[in-house]
Amino acid sequence: MKIHLDEQTIALRAAKEFEDGSTINLGYGMPVLCANFIPEDRRIFFQSENGVLGYSGLATDEEKDFELINASDQPITPAPGMCFFDSAASFDMIRGGHIDTVVLGAYQVSERGDLANWGRPGRPATGMGGGMDLAVGARKVIVTMLHSTKDGKARIVKNCTYPLTARHCVSMIFTDIAVMQITPKGILLKEVAPGWTAEEIQVLTEPRLIITSDLKEIEL
Amino acid sequence: MAISKVFSSPDDAVADIFDGATVMIGGFGSFGGLPVNLIVALANQGAKRLTIIANAGGVSFELSKRIKPEGYQDIGILFEKGQVKKFIGSMPALGGMPPTSPLERLHNEGKVQIEMVPQGTLAERIRSGAGGLGGFYTTVGVGTVVDAGKEKKIINGKEYILELPLTADFALIKAHKADNLGNLVYRGTARCFNPVMAMAAKITIAEVDMRVETGELDPEVIITPHVYVSRVVEVA
Repeated sequence: MKIHLDEQTIALRAAKEFEDGSTINLGYGMPVLCANFIPEDRRIFFQSENGVLGYSGLATDEEKDFELINASDQPITPAPGMCFFDSAASFDMIRGGHIDTVVLGAYQVSERGDLANWGRPGRPATGMGGGMDLAVGARKVIVTMLHSTKDGKARIVKNCTYPLTARHCVSMIFTDIAVMQITPKGILLKEVAPGWTAEEIQVLTEPRLIITSDLKEIEL
Repeated sequence: MAISKVFSSPDDAVADIFDGATVMIGGFGSFGGLPVNLIVALANQGAKRLTIIANAGGVSFELSKRIKPEGYQDIGILFEKGQVKKFIGSMPALGGMPPTSPLERLHNEGKVQIEMVPQGTLAERIRSGAGGLGGFYTTVGVGTVVDAGKEKKIINGKEYILELPLTADFALIKAHKADNLGNLVYRGTARCFNPVMAMAAKITIAEVDMRVETGELDPEVIITPHVYVSRVVEVA
């Protein structure tokens, strides 16, 4: 049976990439779920572009304080050493290369790592928020997304047709059926969800995938 | 000379915002840091043809109930009341919400113009305006719709675009505490766009949770020096 990982599980898998001691920003949607899946042996400093560094995780209903929120308007909980700053300082931190990893959602990613994650047909008023700044400024850009659109079209494409967030910025993609790495030669398929073969992933992916020699089932 | 910038009500504090004014509004998204009382006062005051500079374009009260059951008021009310001709910001509308926010609807009908600015570029354009600079070069937006029509420059082998400063006639901001001089401190993530906007307007109006006597705020923790603040209103 072919398994599609749910959003929580995709976030859990992506969070395994976070290095001990690193500073990480989580984008709107699926990425923010990563905050609750940090491997126990690691200390992570979460930065949110509205102006906080070093929060702990997402708050429960009882803990809600709307002056302690992440950039997705979700209440967060403090951790020792947490600090606040304004939007200008926050984006100095982001553009200046002081964020190790950002996790972003995506409508499309191209085989060269171009990212399209903010605009779509028929919605000219939706904005990019801090996505462009983060995609350009973070040292490493990770994408969590569903592999295909609702009507079965590829989201991992040769060339993005949706408005770009930034060129050549994505390094890893985590979807409901695969883990991939963007390399100078193209997209390397590294892991597949339970029940899937590399060929079946390829059918749902526009560019030709490079299959790693030690292809694994996604480990959680 | 006895100096007090304290106004007794949000209505008094925004009374002179004129038709055609450019108004910065602090905050970030829908909660925490939005000067909600000043926004509602501006909606009641009725100034028209405003240019609003803010991070997000807000939702209508009805739409807000999808996020918070009791609903809330944000920048959306100014669009709902037809007071705005142009919005400059990074999140005019949210892709995760239905396309029925007042700003998105009016924009689709051709009634409100939008200038879309990446969030960090927005903050920096405001800081440039605040600090009397002529703008700055950034790599953010290169190769996207944002770079259309902008001067490009190669610096140390990288492509940059020129972004120009933003200033305003008025800034409406939210802080936690103010003294009578207008020195401000903030609370938590409610700081966000407020300090930088406070510095970039001719007249900055701050709504605060608590007003204290001059001298009561520790000079080491004041974030916005009083020189930037024209008016202070304490709200319950």
